[in-house]
This record gives sequence, C-alpha cells and structure tokens, in this order.
Amino acid sequence: MISEALVVSAVLFVIGTIGVLTRKNAIVLFMCVELMLNAVNLSFVALSKLHGNAGQVFVILVMTVAAAEAAIGLALVIAVFRHFGTVDLSSLRLLKG
Amino acid sequence: MIADSTTTVQQNALLAALIGLPALGAVANGALAVQTARTRTHAPDAPAPVGLASMLGVGSIAAAFIVAVLLFVQLTSGAGAVTAHFGDWLVFPTEAGRTPLIAWDFTFDRLSSVLALVITGVGTLIHVFSVGYMNDDPGFARYFAYLNLFVAFMLVLVLGASYPVLFIGWEGVGLCSYLLIGFWFGESANADAGRKAFVVNRIGDMGLIAAMCILFTQTGHLDFAGAHAGLSGMSTGLITAIGLALLLGCAGKSAQVPLYLWLPDAMAGPTPVSALIHAATMVTAGVYLVVRASPIFAASPTASLAVALIGAITALFAASIALRQWDIKKVLAYSTVSQLGYMFMGVGVGAYTAGVFHLVTHAFFKALLFLGAGAVIHAMHAAYHHAHEHGDAQDLRNMGGLRAAMPATGALMWIATLAIVGIPPLAGFFSKDEILVSVFARAMGSPLASASLMGLSGQVVLFVVLGFGTITALLTAIYMTRLALLAFEGPGRSSTSVQQGVHDAHGTLLWPLVALGILTVAGGWLNLPALIPIGPVGVLEHWLEPIVGETTRRLAPIAALPHEQELWITGGAVINAIFGIGIALWLWRRWAPVDAHHATPGTGFGGLLERAYDVDAAVQRGLVGPVLAFAKRVLWGTVDRGVDGALTGGGGGLARAAQWVSAQVQVGDASRYVWVVALGVLGTLAALAWRS
Repeated sequence: MISEALVVSAVLFVIGTIGVLTRKNAIVLFMCVELMLNAVNLSFVALSKLHGNAGQVFVILVMTVAAAEAAIGLALVIAVFRHFGTVDLSSLRLLKG
Repeated sequence: MIADSTTTVQQNALLAALIGLPALGAVANGALAVQTARTRTHAPDAPAPVGLASMLGVGSIAAAFIVAVLLFVQLTSGAGAVTAHFGDWLVFPTEAGRTPLIAWDFTFDRLSSVLALVITGVGTLIHVFSVGYMNDDPGFARYFAYLNLFVAFMLVLVLGASYPVLFIGWEGVGLCSYLLIGFWFGESANADAGRKAFVVNRIGDMGLIAAMCILFTQTGHLDFAGAHAGLSGMSTGLITAIGLALLLGCAGKSAQVPLYLWLPDAMAGPTPVSALIHAATMVTAGVYLVVRASPIFAASPTASLAVALIGAITALFAASIALRQWDIKKVLAYSTVSQLGYMFMGVGVGAYTAGVFHLVTHAFFKALLFLGAGAVIHAMHAAYHHAHEHGDAQDLRNMGGLRAAMPATGALMWIATLAIVGIPPLAGFFSKDEILVSVFARAMGSPLASASLMGLSGQVVLFVVLGFGTITALLTAIYMTRLALLAFEGPGRSSTSVQQGVHDAHGTLLWPLVALGILTVAGGWLNLPALIPIGPVGVLEHWLEPIVGETTRRLAPIAALPHEQELWITGGAVINAIFGIGIALWLWRRWAPVDAHHATPGTGFGGLLERAYDVDAAVQRGLVGPVLAFAKRVLWGTVDRGVDGALTGGGGGLARAAQWVSAQVQVGDASRYVWVVALGVLGTLAALAWRS
C-alpha cells in the first residue's frame, strides 16, 4: 500500500518538475509547483503509517505555507501582467547581466 | 683629518671668506633677480637693478681676490699650506671609532694658490667687463648671480682637498656653464648648446667617478694625501686604469678629443662667459686635475703618454678647424681647444709646471682675446643697430679695417694674437716653448720614452707629440693672424653706414682689456727659462716644487738637454711662428673678399674644415640619431607603452573578463535558473548516493 502511494507521489513530483522546467507560463508554473508540493504531501501521509503522526502534522504545515505562497505568488503574477502585459517568463528577462 | 697645526683661526676665516664671498654674491644677486622677475609680472618693462647687481657681483669677486692675495702673501712668507676643516661629510664607524671618510677640507697650497689667484684675478676683470657688456640686458642680476656662483664653485674645485670635494666644484662649474651657455634661452639653439655641454660632460664625469671608485676600493681614502699615499701598494695596471679614467674625466671638462664637441657650441653664451668659463678657468680644470693627481700619472708612464697623445691630437685637430672658421668666437673656441691640447701635452709628459704655466698665460691672453672679441661684437652690434641694418656681428667677413675705428681694442688684440702665436717676449712664447722643450727632452731619453702605449714605443709617441705640437704652433700662427687681419686690417667689408657706426670700447669695456694686456706682456716672467735669463729664472717652477717636484723627477729626462739643442728648439719655434704669420699675411686678402651675405660656403677640404670635419653631423647620424630612435621605438614604443598598457589596460581587462564570466551566469531567464537548481539537486543527490 505504501509503495503504491510512494510511486504515485514520485510520478506526481516528476510531472511537476518537468512542468516547472519546460513551461513558460507563470500560472502553469505555479500549478506545477503545487503539484510538486502535493506529491511531497502524499509521501508524508503515506510514510506516517510507518513513522508516526509527525508526517501528517507536516502536511498541514505545507498546506498552510502553500496557501500563503499561492496568495502572494498570484498577486505577483497579476502585478507582472499589469506591468508587462504578459506572464510569459521567456519575455521577462530584465535581470540579464 | 685634523687641520694643519700651522693653520690659525684667522687663516681658516680667510679660506672660508675666499669661497664664501662669491657664494654670498651669488645668493644676493639671485635674490635681486627673483625680485626683478616679480616686479616684472605687473610692470613688464621694469629696468634691471644694474647698479646694485654690478656692485654686489664685482665687489664680491674683487673682495675674494683680495682675500686670495692675503693668503698668498702668507704662503710666500714661509707659512705652510692652509688646510681648513669645515666639518665631516661621510662618517663611517670603524674599530677605532667613528672616522670621517670624506671631510669638508679645503687647502690653500702652492698649486691651488696659483689657480685661485687666476680665477679671482682674471675673474674680477671679466666681471668688470661684464658690467659694460651686459648693461642693456634685462637678465643683468641673473647673469651676475650665475657668474658669482661659477667663481664660488671653481674655488671649491681648486681648493678642495679630496676628490669628492673637487668633484662637487667640478659639477658645480658644469652647472654654471650650462646655465650661462643657455643664458639667452629664448632662442632654442642656445638652450640646446647648454644641454649639449651638460650631456657631453656627463660622459667625462663617469670617468672621474670610476677613478674615484677604484681609488677608494684600493686605498680606502679619497683625500689627495691619503689616496696618493696608498698608490705604492698597487699594481701598475690598476694605476694606469685610474689614470685613464681620470683622463676621460679631464677630456670631458677640458674639451679634448673626442669630447671636445660641446665647447664650440658653448660660444652661444655671452662673450664674457666664454672668456671666463670656456677659456680662462673652467676648461683648464682638467689640466689642474692631472697636475693634482700627478702621483697617479707619474706612477703610470702609459697613462701619461695617453694624456700627451690625446693633447697632441686635440691640438692639431682643433687648430686645423680654426683655420677656416668665420665666426670670431668660433675661431677662438677652437683655438682654446687647441691650446688646452697643448697644456695636456705638457702635463702628459710630466712637465707639470709647464702645463700650469701655459694654463696661467693662456688665461691671460685668451681672456684678452675673448674680451677683445666681445668689445668688437658689442661695437658691431651697436653699429648695425644704429644703421638699421641686419647682419652677423660676429662674422669676420663683415668686419675688416676695424683698427681705424677701434685703435685701443685693435692694438690689445694684436698683442694677444702675437702672444698666443708665440712671439717673444710675450707670455705665450715662454709657456709654449717650455712645453715643446719638455717634450723634446723626454723624447731623447726618459722613463716615458722607454715605456709604451698600445704597442707603440714611448719615444715614437713623444716624437709624434712633438711633431703635432710644432705643426699646431704653425697653424696657430696662421689662424690667429688671419683673425686679427680679417677683423682689424684692410678695407671694411660691411656697408659704409655700419663702418661709420663702429666706436671703440671705453670705460668698463676697455680697462679690463688693458689690465689683461699688461699681464699678457708680463706673464712670461712668471717662469723664465734658464736659457733666457732676462729676470729671475723659473719662479713658478720653484714655487710648485713642493707639490710636483717629486713627481716631475720621476718622469724627467735622463740627461738635461744641451743648451745648443734647446736653443735650436726655441729658435725653431720662433721661426715657425714667424713663418705662420708670413703665410697668413701672404694669403689673407684672398680669404674674405666679400661680406657674409655674398659669401658662398667653402668647397673641398676648405669646406670640410669650415664644417669642422662634419664631426657634429656624423655624431648626430651615428650616435644621437640611433639613440633617439632606440629610445622612441623600443624604450617608449615597446617597453614604456607596454608596461603602461599592462598596468592600466591590464586591470581593466581583468575586470572586463570577470564581468563577462558573471554575465554568462546572469541570463535573467527564470526557467534557466530553475534548470540550474534542478540539475544541482540531482547532482547533490547523485553524489550522496554514490558516497553511501
């Protein structure tokens, strides 16, 4: 049971990572980051079966932080869109050295 | 180095005053010159402080002359040499405590007394002449500051009791020479001439420094007495090396071949400067040094022969150039080089008294010739100015017939001409004759004749020297008579209005000439030969006996010259001189038929002489040009700019490279950063996995 959960978790994490690495849309990137966080949450929950409830406490913590992050991140995305008219990351390169 | 026990406080004070008075005069005049320059910043036409400057300038030198006479009188009354100790210069700790290596010691002995009297005596006359000559010059005070400073340094040179103190004077007079040659620095040719004198003299100074280095490493002393005492333990080869190094130094200061090049150019300075520095005193410093260092030269016949040979070559070479010069001062300049060569011949064969004797008489008649030329130039200049014409006031071709307008100057110039030519009983006859007789006597058999120089036997060298000296005497008679004839006799070659504007010198421009004329006539009595006992015989020889007697004897002829042989030489020299005058009288009208405007440059050998054998051009092409090119292309173009580029451009380049590297990282693309982070994590995980 645990191993299936961990496999699903790994698959979700890899999908999220690939998404982060390849996609250019900031919103999609956000979604992929959420996917990675939840993949980790899944493995926390699964592994709490072996190591006690501390894992479940961490899931609550991660969800809280993710909610805060989503709030700030989406606000930033909106601000970026208002300023540049786009959320395509490949065209936002003002910090190029 | 304790002061001589016979030296009293009073003598110390006199010696200090002798050097201090001209130095004070220089300081005072320097202050005046600065003050004048300040005034001129808001009043450009402010006059030079002529009265005060000439009082200070002439007064300080005249006072120094009186001090020198006082010291001299004490010396003649039997007192020993005055040696004053004015403190220590370099003090070295030794086992015996702290001993001074070089002290500020000055000595007024029999040799330096003669030189000091000439310097201050002739110096005073030339200072007086300068008052008239430089009267209209805006730099009057500056001129006297330099001239006083020169006298002070010249006295340091001849009074210094050690090589380093002498060297200070040596460099000091070089500095003053440079300042005075370039006195009218507004024209770049004058400033260039000053620089040339300075640079050429540096070559000679290297020799003097080398000699001091060898002396110090070998003997541990640099004062004359100590260093010369230490010679006894040295090998002849080393002593010869010291002698040759000294010769290089003397050749630079005394304008001998090959370092004579600066002296003709030095005529760019005011004429009284040429008289004092470049004829009477500074350029004879080399002769003085050879005499002062006579223990070194007496111990090395080879070095002595080299001195004599260089002198003979210089004498002949310069005399031949003087034959075809048109600038009155250039003739006298080459004549000075030639006569200095004569002095070197004398001191080279170990006839030190003869060398000093010719130094003194030459100071009289050459100063007279230069001051006379100065009076002529002054008069010509004024005449051109008066007639509103432009012409070279120094060119002999523009002169002619000047004796009618300038009888006093003309007569005095003729006396000086006959003196340098060697007509008895004028001063030059005795001194030149003594040198020739000394050379001949030593060629007949002496330690010099049995020595050798570069494989040549000493006897051959000495006969060559004698031959050169005789031909030089003939050439001297020709070119000096030519000068006097072209300037003072025959028809005038300039325009009538200029000729009418020429007036004889008077006042301060005349009476120094009269005084020098008397010295020129009477100077020979300083050291009459036994052959012509028209007064006390050999005064100067007896006077210098304690200084150079012993060293003279070491190179002296084996047997005294028979009287009839000496008579032949003396008579021959007189006939030689008269013959030269005859040649000049016969040829002179053909030499300058027209004035300088219409004259054409000489051709053939005459032209070569006119251009002084093209030596200057050859040096320019062969030495100065390549050095400048090397400096420009290699030292500046490659080394200097390379270092410059590496230091300034190098730092910039480094920063630029660092910037490029960090710019490659800072792409500004968020997904690229994510890739880096992801790959970093992967790498870390892989490393951890591999480790476990």
